[in-house]
Amino acid sequence: MATVTFDKATRQYPGNPTPSVDKLDLDIADGEFLVLVGPSGCGKSTSLRMLAGLEEVNGGRILIGDRDVTNLSPKDRDVAMVFQNYALYPHMSVAENMGFALKIAGVDKTEIDRRVKDAAKVLDLTQYLERKPKALSGGQRQRVAMGRAIVRSPQVFLMDEPLSNLDAKLRVQTRTQIAALQRRLGVTTVYVTHDQTEAMTMGDRIAVLKDGLLQQVATPREMYDAPVNVFVAGFIGSPAMNLVTVPVTQDGIKFGTHALQIDRAQLSGLGSSAIVGVRPEDVELTTNPDGLALTVEAVEEMGADAYVYAVPQDKSITLDGSGEGALAKPFIARTDGRKPPMKGSTIYVYPKADHLHVFNPADGLRVN
Amino acid sequence: MALEITSAATDPAMFDLPWSIPLEDWPAEHLAALPRGISRHVVRFVRHGGTVIAVKEIKADLARREYAMLRALGRLDLPCVKPLGVVTGRETLDGMPLDACLVTTHLQFSLPYRALYSQVLRPDTDARLVDALAALLVKLHLAGFWWGDVSLSNTLFRRDAGAFAAYLVDAETGELHAELSDGQREHDLEIARVNIAGELMDLQAGGYLEEGTDPVGTSSQIVARYRSLWSELTGVERFETGDRWRIDERIRRLNALGFDVDELAMSTDVGGTTIQIQPKVVDAGHHSRRLLRLTGLDVEENQARRLLNDLDSYRAALDRLGDSEEIVAHDWLTRVYEPTVAAVPREFAGKLEAAEIFHEVLEHRWYMSERAGYDIPIEWAVADYVHWVLPNKPDERSILGVDTVAMPVLAWDDDEAEPRQTR
Ligand SMILES: Nc1ncnc2c1ncn2[C@@H]1O[C@H](COP(=O)(O)OP(=O)(O)O)[C@@H](O)[C@H]1O
Ligand SMILES: Nc1ncnc2c1ncn2[C@@H]1O[C@H](COP(=O)(O)OP(=O)(O)O)[C@@H](O)[C@H]1O
Ligand SMILES: [Mg+2]
Ligand SMILES: [Mg+2]
Repeated sequence: MATVTFDKATRQYPGNPTPSVDKLDLDIADGEFLVLVGPSGCGKSTSLRMLAGLEEVNGGRILIGDRDVTNLSPKDRDVAMVFQNYALYPHMSVAENMGFALKIAGVDKTEIDRRVKDAAKVLDLTQYLERKPKALSGGQRQRVAMGRAIVRSPQVFLMDEPLSNLDAKLRVQTRTQIAALQRRLGVTTVYVTHDQTEAMTMGDRIAVLKDGLLQQVATPREMYDAPVNVFVAGFIGSPAMNLVTVPVTQDGIKFGTHALQIDRAQLSGLGSSAIVGVRPEDVELTTNPDGLALTVEAVEEMGADAYVYAVPQDKSITLDGSGEGALAKPFIARTDGRKPPMKGSTIYVYPKADHLHVFNPADGLRVN
Repeated sequence: MALEITSAATDPAMFDLPWSIPLEDWPAEHLAALPRGISRHVVRFVRHGGTVIAVKEIKADLARREYAMLRALGRLDLPCVKPLGVVTGRETLDGMPLDACLVTTHLQFSLPYRALYSQVLRPDTDARLVDALAALLVKLHLAGFWWGDVSLSNTLFRRDAGAFAAYLVDAETGELHAELSDGQREHDLEIARVNIAGELMDLQAGGYLEEGTDPVGTSSQIVARYRSLWSELTGVERFETGDRWRIDERIRRLNALGFDVDELAMSTDVGGTTIQIQPKVVDAGHHSRRLLRLTGLDVEENQARRLLNDLDSYRAALDRLGDSEEIVAHDWLTRVYEPTVAAVPREFAGKLEAAEIFHEVLEHRWYMSERAGYDIPIEWAVADYVHWVLPNKPDERSILGVDTVAMPVLAWDDDEAEPRQTR
């Protein structure tokens, strides 16, 4: 087992004007499950291939444990890139399905047997080792697919969007399984996904990338409670955080008629406006004229809760994404499902004081 | 939601297919054949206006992506299945949403590798399949395509004058860049090696592989074959200024491998004593393009090589080396090729492609001539071939196995003893 360190690691593809991974600094602890997340093209796969030794590093270093592996070939790194072929070979026994990658790697037969037996024990598959996959239940088959990765017992597991082509139900089940298994084995794991829900539910910590630049590394909770910039704020969480650009005056930030309490010092860095972030579940919703006036466009009832979709009555107020040309994006508020407001009615909203996110429109950075 | 078909070719009849039914429940009357295996997605072959189409049920965003990718690959003239369209907005009659479908044209005379292995095989079949796949991977990589799921099951094979030509069938995981990095190519090779070894081990466990075949050894061959082809096609060569014949020699070698050199970078060192050359743009299809230009026949690369050889011997035998190539080619086409192909009775037309039959007749003539001790005319050879050989061959025009090797992993409701076999 080992730590992993990206030390200003940079990769620029020939012919590209900018690096696809730009001075990545990341320390991953021994046994940690780290998720690299970000939109398509942000540099996730490139980072993973750099760690695997498959992609040339143009600047900086990569370490596994104390070892500088920057110039080592993939096979000298003791990492396993798991491309989850979530499918089993029908003519091969469970044991063979689990051990075949070792056979390819030239591991000798007694060692394969030993590792397959160990993995089977962890996965509760011992009594099925001689069976064919057809005779297994869905859950057992899934564990066999995982056994393939486990038997390689590397220092670091690398997984690149392993769930992307599974159907929704299997995806949810599998991510729970992978996360639980990783914790049981305690092997350092770097997991790549574009899906923030997957990242939030699986990772010990999450690293958000955008355009090759690391935005934030934090636990899911920290990431959710204190996103460092507007991008992370909008990317993490579902439904997404409302990001509202509102005026700043002498007395503070004006969220409609509601003045937001914020530190003088923090206020001074802002210009004439601020981007206020408020998650749907952190919205105070009233019918008193206190806050930002919205017209309710739709209500989605979900039992205990309801989601209210509403638009600002003051058309000079912009919601992130609602600018010219973009599809108008509504303000979303979660409220009590038993007495949601009526469609077409006017409501007033403001952020709960202890769940306030304020960003500077100039650089997108968090100010509070 | 309204049914929506995105397609380059407008084909209103496509609306008549039963899109409101889950693909796995489509009535048999629409199906060209029942699938034999299980693939990750549900795939069905469907009769449609005199042709056969392949329909794959897959999430809408993935379907659109794969459709666009296959179109892009087609525009780059790479061997892959032809995309017909994407069907979205499907729902059952009682309003339940269904996954989208990607529709491709069934590739005629293509053989999934598992179908091949259920026939009696020539001894070196594994090696020839791996060769074809390595060549396909090189072509894709030269064009900047990273596959991400290289495997025998994601490849279709067509007979090509004793060898195979490989086509890409599953582009779901692919990415297209201006140029691939070495790391991306290595990544694909590693994926290929693991997948192919697994697929061959599975055939071995099922008793389909010849005694003594080594799946791991065969799968590493793809890496070796790929590397040697790649370095031949892209490698830098240095030589003394006096050895300029080596430029022609390099181009001839590339032609022999089936590639044309569209751009060659040449430079001398500072002192001007050595020359350095490197092919920059190479284009597969050296022989097939030449044959197409001369005869209008559109065939695979090795078949073209074979046909061109026959054309050359025709020209030499008739002592017409002074005549223009085009005129001789036209005569050869109407006097040799077409009559030979036409001698095949209609009922056997589904067995092999015309060019492959011609190749086999040439082979057959060679054996007959050797036995007889004199040259057998092609008319005799084709008659003998049609009588004795062809009837015993399987029909290969539409081998319709959904032949993904794998047993899919299923979602489970509890740890039920009997899995659902549906997906
Ligand atoms: N071979 C290449 N040549 C040029 N650019 C590339 C190449 N491969 C990837 N890129 C670019 O690098 C960036 C990061 O790619 P990648 O790491 O695959 O992103 P992700 O995995 O996050 O989707 C993208 O902008 C992509 O287009
Ligand atoms: N256009 C086509 N022509 C011939 N065979 C096809 C075609 N499309 C799919 N197939 C067959 O269906 C199988 C599964 O298709 P594929 O696209 O690989 O689906 P999956 O995503 O489920 O792996 C392929 O291995 C191939 O045998
Ligand atoms: Mg990626
Ligand atoms: Mg496939």
